[in-house]
Amino acid sequence: MYVAVKGGEAAIRNAHRLLAKERRGDPDVPALTVAQIAGQLSLAVDRVMAEGSLYDVELAALAVRQARGDLIEAIFLLRAYRTTLPRLGASEPVDTGKMVINRRISATFKDLPGGQVLGPTFDYTHRLIEPELQEPGEVATAEPVGESPRVTDVLGHQGLVEADGEGEGEPGDLTREPLDFPAGRDLRLQALARGDEGFLLALAYSTQRGYGGTHPFVGEIRTGDVEVELFVPELGFAVTLGAITLTECQMVNQFKGSATVPPQFTRGYGLVFGRIERKAMSMALVDRALRAEELGEEKKAPAQDEEFVLAHADNVQATGFVEHLKLPHYVDFQAELAMIRDMRALQERERRRAAERSEAAE
Amino acid sequence: MTTYNFAYLDEATKRMIRRALLKAVAIPGYQVPFASREMPMPYGWGTGGVQVTASITGPDDVLKVIDQGSDDTTNAVSIRQFFARVADVATTTSTTEATIIQTRHRIPETPLSPGQILVYQVPIPEPLRLLEPRETETRIMHALAEYGLMHVKLYEDIAKHGRIAKTYAYPVLVEDRYVMDPSPTPKFDNPKMNDSPALQLFGAGREKRIYALPPHTKVISLDFEDHPFEVQRFTEPCALCGSTGVYLDEIVTDDRGGRMYACSDTDWCERVRAARAEAAE
Repeated sequence: MYVAVKGGEAAIRNAHRLLAKERRGDPDVPALTVAQIAGQLSLAVDRVMAEGSLYDVELAALAVRQARGDLIEAIFLLRAYRTTLPRLGASEPVDTGKMVINRRISATFKDLPGGQVLGPTFDYTHRLIEPELQEPGEVATAEPVGESPRVTDVLGHQGLVEADGEGEGEPGDLTREPLDFPAGRDLRLQALARGDEGFLLALAYSTQRGYGGTHPFVGEIRTGDVEVELFVPELGFAVTLGAITLTECQMVNQFKGSATVPPQFTRGYGLVFGRIERKAMSMALVDRALRAEELGEEKKAPAQDEEFVLAHADNVQATGFVEHLKLPHYVDFQAELAMIRDMRALQERERRRAAERSEAAE
Repeated sequence: MTTYNFAYLDEATKRMIRRALLKAVAIPGYQVPFASREMPMPYGWGTGGVQVTASITGPDDVLKVIDQGSDDTTNAVSIRQFFARVADVATTTSTTEATIIQTRHRIPETPLSPGQILVYQVPIPEPLRLLEPRETETRIMHALAEYGLMHVKLYEDIAKHGRIAKTYAYPVLVEDRYVMDPSPTPKFDNPKMNDSPALQLFGAGREKRIYALPPHTKVISLDFEDHPFEVQRFTEPCALCGSTGVYLDEIVTDDRGGRMYACSDTDWCERVRAARAEAAE
């Protein structure tokens, strides 16, 4: 006789024990330290911080270790911690023009004030697997690059590139207020900065293949450290809280002008924590694509559709809802099963009746 | 790292959610946007219900969590353990003893009583979503009570299949005003929503919406005069407790077409069996 299945609690407990065992791997191999992950898998840590929306190298490294290297799972861990933190205030806007630069390239000018700085990049490496990684050896240390003007500011002086524009009041925060459509550019950029790298990459790629083209040039990509400042009313001035590493991408896009705006270059903007350059570039392309309506362009591609992009960019939401399909659905399935049986029975009755009728007619 | 607040969420967040709940209760069936938080379980696994429960739970509450009608399904166990851990709240599997019941996909068979709160986990709160994917459009449709699209869909079902081919998440009309998604409960449970003495709260975490049915709200399943709403009927009684007129799970017992049917509501099934055993003594 069937006995109702019990023991969900014991099964969950055992599953978690098994997970802990798998996570540890071969016990004869030393366990990973957080410092190793933060130091040697720093781009994984950067991605977790960027999409987790929390700048904390140690926590992100812990999350990567706990998640067995599953970065979306690590992002989820960081998000679930971040959400419980109180908001003490909003920082002053960071000034990327004052960035202590570690990498800075422009594809639009051969040379420019501040120069082109390659920095630690995968670009121009040959993707050959090296069983023994090369020891760094002597690194030619370049002179630290001081403040370099942003390329968009250089072009902006001549009015050839649209200006930054003045922000309107405090920017919104979609983690504190429900997102409403149409969303302002502040909220769009926040959603993109937290959005899934793979999703944004695919959308950005689609704009290059004709689904909402933006005619982009990389005006500038820069990576480096910027100071974060908080205005303290009691003091009457802003104090520096620390420095964070950011990557900023300014796409410059062809624009033929409209009735009110003379022909000039428009811009798409990308800004992410750490050195996630691919994400910063994708974000800038998608940001520009999403401005189609504002700039009077025809809106017809997925990357130009705000509701489509913003509603599906968050990988923590996406993975949760896709994976929830493995939860039990048997009461709903039962309901569908009963209906299908019913409909089949009805069809069978009708078929038989039709057969009888045609027999009688003969 | 510091420990978490009572019931995980910080008090400011709970207040924000309670304000959304009050608005939802004031406008039955209307979807109130709220600033849904990331929770330590995945979106789509009950984060909306968990946030609602976390915001209304006090130290004296007794919590019951069911999934598919059962207290013992893995996700129900997981959510119950979560609250036992972060809120140190008393838990039960008894429908009558619970002050708060969080549910996924079912309404208990035991009639609810005044003072009880039923919290639904909702995946897609928008009943019009699969007909119109755009939120900007569906909000206007609700504002104007423009539900023609839904009626056309139900009519097309009849034209194509001879019936309304919706067996769960069957749309309801609340107080003659808002069309509401009852969450993916089988339509068998829809009549229990109408005029319920309990407060019914719906939380959709990923979609960031809360809605509610205050006690004794009129909830009518959409239908047509010549195709009236009907609930599922089972030809067999529960093989374990003998109940009829309850929702049953079909259990495959072998690979030769063997089947049995048993109550989906495990608490109901156990109580009927206990009462029967007592009567036999």
